[in-house]
Amino acid sequence: MRDVAIMGYAQSPQVREARGLNEVEMLMPVLQAALADAHMTLADIDFVCSGSCDYIAGGAFSFVGALDAVGATPCMQESHVEMDAAWALYESWLKIQSGHIRTALIYGFAKASNGSLPDILSQQLDPYYLAPLWPDSISLAALQANLLLQTGRYAQRDFAEVVVDSRRHALANPNAQLKGEVTVEALLAEPMLAPPLRKHDCCPISDGASAMVIAAGEVAQSLADRPVYIRGIDHRMEVHQLGQRDLTTSVSTRQAADRAGVGEDKIELAELYAPFSPQTLILQESLGLRPDVVVNPSGGPLAGHIFMCAGLDRFGEAARRIRAGTADRAVAHATSGPCLQHNMVAVLEGK
Amino acid sequence: MDIDLEPVAVFEAPIYLRYHATSARAITPFLHALRRGILLGHRSPATGKVLFPPLGSCPESGQPTSEEVVLADTGTIISFTTVHLAIPGSKLKPPFTVANIMLDGADQFFSHLVSGCALEDVAIGMRVRAKWRPASEWGYSLENIEYFVPTGEPTVDIPTLKAERLRLAQERRHA
Repeated sequence: MRDVAIMGYAQSPQVREARGLNEVEMLMPVLQAALADAHMTLADIDFVCSGSCDYIAGGAFSFVGALDAVGATPCMQESHVEMDAAWALYESWLKIQSGHIRTALIYGFAKASNGSLPDILSQQLDPYYLAPLWPDSISLAALQANLLLQTGRYAQRDFAEVVVDSRRHALANPNAQLKGEVTVEALLAEPMLAPPLRKHDCCPISDGASAMVIAAGEVAQSLADRPVYIRGIDHRMEVHQLGQRDLTTSVSTRQAADRAGVGEDKIELAELYAPFSPQTLILQESLGLRPDVVVNPSGGPLAGHIFMCAGLDRFGEAARRIRAGTADRAVAHATSGPCLQHNMVAVLEGK
Repeated sequence: MDIDLEPVAVFEAPIYLRYHATSARAITPFLHALRRGILLGHRSPATGKVLFPPLGSCPESGQPTSEEVVLADTGTIISFTTVHLAIPGSKLKPPFTVANIMLDGADQFFSHLVSGCALEDVAIGMRVRAKWRPASEWGYSLENIEYFVPTGEPTVDIPTLKAERLRLAQERRHA
């Protein structure tokens, strides 16, 4: 395997509505910041790959329009995934492994304030039996949370504790949308949104963009003070029909974690893409994380959630802490689909 | 199970999603100008080229653009075609001519309708001018221009025009 390192990362503020900005206008400063963070210019980039969803913009080919932010002249090697940009990272990682490229610029963006994200997400379900019923993402996560409570492994208090940690961690994150000191008791006194979920158990909906630069090991060694290596990466998908899988655990996460080598050495922190608080608990279990592992030191998706970026942001936030010397070995996780259907796990190391 | 059952060919599951989009940083002044009958472009700081309509970025460099340039409502036909087939949902009745028009002062063409002459007289290099709708009908749309009509000026050689525009852009960039 060829060494691949995260060289630079940037994220826009995560806000409920980026009023007066379009996708390209949100992206341009973020792309420039990620390149600057990597000590590179566009001329150093062999491949550009993005993740976004045209249903969010409500316009066909909005991902092609976003290329105006890149400066694709005279032309460039480019690709797009209609998935979280973490999968654009995976495609770029594969392309480096193939030997065809040495560097890649990855980005994701969403202006989710244009539409209703929970309803839009219902349309990614099976088109014959589920999508016509419009089951929104919050209701599906609530069904999953109820099943989790019925196992007796967790109580609603545990969900609230995840939120307390997220809000507290987010105090140190200037891009976070939701932050603050809150108590479990205060959270449990809040009304239900979709029982057993309260509003704070659900990720906020954010407008924004993120970008990352990765490079093959030889480039990383010459440019980065402290390259963050992707030591292992894998993703696994489960069946489409929710009734056919155990929603109280995540087999795909466990398999991906095994393949990525999570258990091979001590993990210090983990950035997990759990858009709903109970899913954090499921992921912690399935990843086999010890209780002392710091989970979502950025605040995670409960503090800010740019759909199509939130997975890439887990890589970026974990890498940022390794570069700063806060940790040497971290887990980055990304998810896609309802109720943790599709999961990616990576191990990032500073050595 | 009766294997002779007719296959189900149709079931209805209507999909509708509502969006609430607002105009962005670069488009907003462009639309307000259009409402007043003014065509506003942006000059790219990276290439010196004038972009119309302005989208807030220079696609060649990925750099933001903000320098506004007021453009004439005259231009040159770069290419055109005549549509003879009715387009579903379109209010345009065929035959009609769509042209790529480079406004005077711009380095990028945009598409609009050409009329006011016989279809077969439309030509590449033809000089055209906007035929505006009455000002009382103006909105935030390029439909304020009903179509472009020939000015009667001599036809322009496109390679010469492009070379001249490129030279001017480079001069501006180096200025």
